[in-house]
Amino acid sequence: MLFITQVINGLRAGSIYALIALGYTMVYGIIRLINFAHGDFIMVGGYTLVFTIPVMVSLGMPPWTAAILAVVVCATVGILVEKLAYNPVRARGNNMSALITAIAMSLFLENLAQILFGANPRTVKTLFTFPKILGFDGTTILTIIIGLAVMFALQMFVMNTKMGQSMRAVSENKSASVLMGINVNRTITVTFAIGSGLAAIAAMMYCAQYNSVTIMMGYMLGLKAFVAAVLGGIGIIPGAMMGGIVIGLVESLSKAYIGPLTGGLVTSAFSDAVVFAILIIVLLVKPEGILGKNQGEKV
Amino acid sequence: MAMPKEKRNGTLINFAAVMLGFVLLYLLKTSGLISNYYQGIIIQCFFTIIMVASLNIATGYLGQLALGHAGFMAIGAYTSALVVKALTNADILNGGTDLEKIILLVIGIACGATLAAIIGALVGIPALRLRGDYLAIITLGFGEIIRVVIQNLKFAGGKGLAAGQAGQALIGIKILNNVYFIYFIMAASIAILFCFVRSKSGRAIVAIREDDIASEASGVNNTHYKVMAFTIAAFFAGVAGAIFAHRGTGTIQPADFTFMKSTEYVIMVVIGGMSSLTGSVIAAVALSIIPEILRAFSEYRMLVYSVLLIIMMIFRPIGLCGRYEFSLRQFLIDLPQNIKNLPRNLQRFWLSCLQSAKDFPGRVKSFFSKDKGRDDGDNDETEAVV
Repeated sequence: MLFITQVINGLRAGSIYALIALGYTMVYGIIRLINFAHGDFIMVGGYTLVFTIPVMVSLGMPPWTAAILAVVVCATVGILVEKLAYNPVRARGNNMSALITAIAMSLFLENLAQILFGANPRTVKTLFTFPKILGFDGTTILTIIIGLAVMFALQMFVMNTKMGQSMRAVSENKSASVLMGINVNRTITVTFAIGSGLAAIAAMMYCAQYNSVTIMMGYMLGLKAFVAAVLGGIGIIPGAMMGGIVIGLVESLSKAYIGPLTGGLVTSAFSDAVVFAILIIVLLVKPEGILGKNQGEKV
Repeated sequence: MAMPKEKRNGTLINFAAVMLGFVLLYLLKTSGLISNYYQGIIIQCFFTIIMVASLNIATGYLGQLALGHAGFMAIGAYTSALVVKALTNADILNGGTDLEKIILLVIGIACGATLAAIIGALVGIPALRLRGDYLAIITLGFGEIIRVVIQNLKFAGGKGLAAGQAGQALIGIKILNNVYFIYFIMAASIAILFCFVRSKSGRAIVAIREDDIASEASGVNNTHYKVMAFTIAAFFAGVAGAIFAHRGTGTIQPADFTFMKSTEYVIMVVIGGMSSLTGSVIAAVALSIIPEILRAFSEYRMLVYSVLLIIMMIFRPIGLCGRYEFSLRQFLIDLPQNIKNLPRNLQRFWLSCLQSAKDFPGRVKSFFSKDKGRDDGDNDETEAVV
């Protein structure tokens, strides 16, 4: 029973990681930039929920409708970040300056939030109440279902719509897609909007579980989701989903079993280190990720 | 081997300048102008200079963004603190006299830096197979692992060693903050790093940054020099860590060496100038002192840094100093001429300022109008450079 509970918990964490990892992967696929600020989009989503849930409740709407506003706010922030910082830097500098800009953007969002909201954690009101299913926590099950549904919808969007097609084309070859009449700038903007929107949904799922947000909440979540994206093969959408679920399971199971398995030498406090060890092993053994194809010059 | 005359003169001039700095420090300290508070800031400047200059080797000269530099600082700090603790506990050296304090600090720095360099090489050998984004991430991963491991080591928390407890700050560290000695360590570190980047190895490292395929083709052993640069950066991070551990508060904790700290040093390198040790020194000193002066605005500090960094990346991606190095010898040679031309140069400078002020609205306008359609081109050329 402990094992099944841990697996379910792992799947829950994994679907949150997967949604965040999707944001990383989509942005990386299209502009070859690790968006360090992506973790902070989750924080933006979380704080939006703190303020919008009471508003929605007072308007007589169910609390989860606040998540729609959070998605809108996050998408707007994502687009602004791209337009004001990444776009000008991309045009002038090299990869390294783009990466430094992303780190700077992350610092900017964190510190702005700290000034606006203070350093103390804020509580989020209950988003939804759900009955127990087969003895498992309803919220957990719902989180997994929402995660899977969103991933399915995204896959449909990318494979079947015109915009999805443009995204795939731009990530394949930017200059060729310009020749094919694709509006590259608009495609990048839409990618940022979707990626940040997914971060807002991840924030909702996180808040439904933990009921509190902090300024630094996006830091560890973002790093682990990034590991997930690399594990699955960065730039590949199904890879991010798979990587997220794997990281969630590994984290949850290592927390439960790593102590007994190593005879108490390595305790559950090391579970963060385990996730980073996975990253390092993946980068050394198969840097293009599990689902990635080998492209020599990329790494 | 006989040195060329200019080179010998330059060495003598720089040595004289270091001694002059020491005399100045001594006079300020003995006259009582430097309180304990100021001494703390000065020591902070010194170890920050070492950190930033060493990170510049990896990030500026080698051109690889390393996001785990605070991890090596942590190794230096913890090793040094624990070694000194062991020595004083065993009563081999109790640090009663000034000389014993210096010896203890030397031993601490030597042990901390050596271990940091060994770990740096061990991390570097696998990590440096990767480039660019991936290297940044893997160094970040190693930095975090180092921190998590230290956090869970029993002998590295609480009172340390046998009396240690995992997950706590290490307390009761011997205070070894002889400001003169740390000054000389700092000066020596900068001198060594400077000689290194001007040496054959340093040129090889710059060649790898410029084009690693071309450098490999020209007979440079890329892996060897990359690991060398990384190890040297880690070594001096260890030196800085050892100074940090004994700086005067007597405690260190894993939270002192997070990813945020690493980022802060990267910011200093970038603002000072990638591949400019002069820039590193200026940025380290300025960004250590300014927050102390502007204590009232401390919560806005990182906000300002981040905005500054983004603006910098847009308008001057190579940092304030770029690749410029200050040469005292050249400065002294040019001095008479410069003094003679001073009025004219000032006038020119003033006129160019006026002109820039006049042009400013136009430049802003052109910056935003150029924004449109910029992504229609492919950026492959710029990417290939990295």
